[in-house]
Amino acid sequence: MKKDIILCGVGGDGIVSVAKIISDAALNVNLYLKQSEIHGMSQRGGSVFSHLRLSDKPIFADVIPEGRADIILSSEPMEALRYLPFLGPEGCVITNSEPFVNIANYPELDKIMAEINKVGKRVVLNANELAKKCNARPNMVLLGAAVPYLGIGMDKLEEAIHHIFDRKGEAVVNANLDAIRAGFEATK
Amino acid sequence: MQKLLLLGDEAIAQAFIDAGGSAINSYPGTPSTQITEYVIKSKEAREKGVVANWCANEKTALEASIGVAYAGKRAMTCMKHVGLNVCGDPFMNAAIIGTKGVLIVVADDPSMFSSQDEQDSRYYGHWAMIPMLEPSNQQEAYDMVFYGYELSEQLGTPVLFRIPTRLAHSRAGVERRAPLAQNPISFPKDASSFVLLPANAKRLYRSLIDKQPAFELASSTSGNNRYYEGTDKSLGIVTSGIAFNYLMENFEDGNCPYPVVKITQYPLPSAMLGRLYDECAELLVLEDGQPFIEEQIKGCLNKGKKVMGRLDETIRRDGEMNAEKIAKALHREVPQGPAVPEVVTNRPPALCQGCPHIDSYNALNEVMAKYEHGKVFGDIGCYTLGFNLKAIDTTVCMGASITMAKGASEAGVFPSCAVIGDGTFGHSGMTGLLDCINEKANVVVMILDNDITAMTGGQPSSAHNKIRRICEGLGVAPEHIRDIIPLPKNHAENVRIIEEEVAYNGVSVIIPHRTCIVELKKHLGEKK
Repeated sequence: MKKDIILCGVGGDGIVSVAKIISDAALNVNLYLKQSEIHGMSQRGGSVFSHLRLSDKPIFADVIPEGRADIILSSEPMEALRYLPFLGPEGCVITNSEPFVNIANYPELDKIMAEINKVGKRVVLNANELAKKCNARPNMVLLGAAVPYLGIGMDKLEEAIHHIFDRKGEAVVNANLDAIRAGFEATK
Repeated sequence: MQKLLLLGDEAIAQAFIDAGGSAINSYPGTPSTQITEYVIKSKEAREKGVVANWCANEKTALEASIGVAYAGKRAMTCMKHVGLNVCGDPFMNAAIIGTKGVLIVVADDPSMFSSQDEQDSRYYGHWAMIPMLEPSNQQEAYDMVFYGYELSEQLGTPVLFRIPTRLAHSRAGVERRAPLAQNPISFPKDASSFVLLPANAKRLYRSLIDKQPAFELASSTSGNNRYYEGTDKSLGIVTSGIAFNYLMENFEDGNCPYPVVKITQYPLPSAMLGRLYDECAELLVLEDGQPFIEEQIKGCLNKGKKVMGRLDETIRRDGEMNAEKIAKALHREVPQGPAVPEVVTNRPPALCQGCPHIDSYNALNEVMAKYEHGKVFGDIGCYTLGFNLKAIDTTVCMGASITMAKGASEAGVFPSCAVIGDGTFGHSGMTGLLDCINEKANVVVMILDNDITAMTGGQPSSAHNKIRRICEGLGVAPEHIRDIIPLPKNHAENVRIIEEEVAYNGVSVIIPHRTCIVELKKHLGEKK
């Protein structure tokens, strides 16, 4: 089993938290993992990414080589396109359809979606809408949408959410659980 | 033993606690910040009475560590690569003294994700003639902290511990060891060894030279440097630190057909490298950084076998190492995903919405627009992003805003303004301001006070709540220290105040004070 996952988005949108949850679950099922992320200058509202590698064998590099990713999981559509060179031949793009517009020259959404639609395997959903209903953040919905592709069971991810969010109280845990289930259901 | 999911930074921090570390003194800098932050937040460290401090700068931090070591205890100082420049003086001299029990952890930033250069700290270690460790993964990072302290105490030397961004900021499972107790207080056996008077220094420098064979013996026998047999001797490969992983990434289960020497400890093990050189037709040197090993193998004469690497650009000279670059160098197929569609635009980092710096820059920009040749000298921090607002003309190094503004003013630039954050002012702005006072320079210094060191994630700022008093103490006339609140509603007033100070011929300090918006949100969240 090997899953190379690019998680991407915009600084501050919580994409690194998603990486943490998957990592926590992966460690519990005794997978090897490496997860690299970006801090500092490159984080401030700019494009951010995290490389997450899971495997049942030891993993060498902390970053995924180009053309090898199994999943690109993006919190917004243009960022999904930015990391396409990493996508492997059988790879899947899972992205939020809602753009995050914090730059003046953000391209027309139609053009972005036209490019997304050229990707062979893709899952596109409005994570903002679903997240609002659950009172959670869109990143958790996206995590749910990715579950069928992760090779880690929903139950293990739910355990990880408990493990990471229990100290923040029951309401936060439940909102996050609702959100990943909503993402999972929406794309089943 | 329990397996923890840790960043490379955190693995080093946990190892520091477990290896009986007594005190960690550092200055924040990406990608090193999370080491000290982890110790500060660790309940376990607190219970053990471990001292964990953010200091004013890397020099004060490293000197504190030398003091800890003087008392016989294990110390650590962490910094980013350019921080090593700031503490170059204590660094070189800690080596002469032969300071025991000090690990200096330096996080280099190949590809400059969050830095102004990609200098390779191994040159510093080589220059200071001390052993260096360069782990290739999180587990090695953890284990090598233990080894580093043993080495430091046994051979009487500080040890430089080098990690790159990708190790600092990548997580993996790390197995812990049984914790060691802290050292009891003790003093140097030779009372003169910490007194670098020329007579002592000559003796100590000689002793550092005499220790070199022991340092190399340690490199050759510790097991940290390894020779991997290979069947295809048309090529021998040398890797340093994490470059080993990028090489092995290219082969199924890491079965590389070529002999490989994996380096994670310095000085270089010459016999091991000599064997590789003798057995193989050509060499390829793979380093995540500058061609440090490659230059030593090649020498300036470059006579003998072909040695490939960054010097001949077999691997591009700049930028971080990766598996793809190595695949290309080995003439292997490099997989490639779809190209980035043309429609994708850049999304550069920017100041946050509601950031106080935006209001400070808007006011400053309005004033500067009235002068044809006015210049604004910037500094290092979030506010460096003011370049995108066309608000600053320069960024060089920590503290250079004030001193460059002084130099430029003396060269005839008017108005000559400096913009520096509260954290950077505490780090290395104060001495420059003293220069301005002593020379009666005609400068306007804006000290953007957002209450914290924001760029690195909100560490306390050493000059917090003391900025006005520091400026007064240095000799700035109190009526030319102006407090303003950078908010849109105060824009007109702030513009007027900046104009008044530009008109004043002398040293003016303007302190726009408003809490960092990210920090404010954090606190609001905590109160909920």
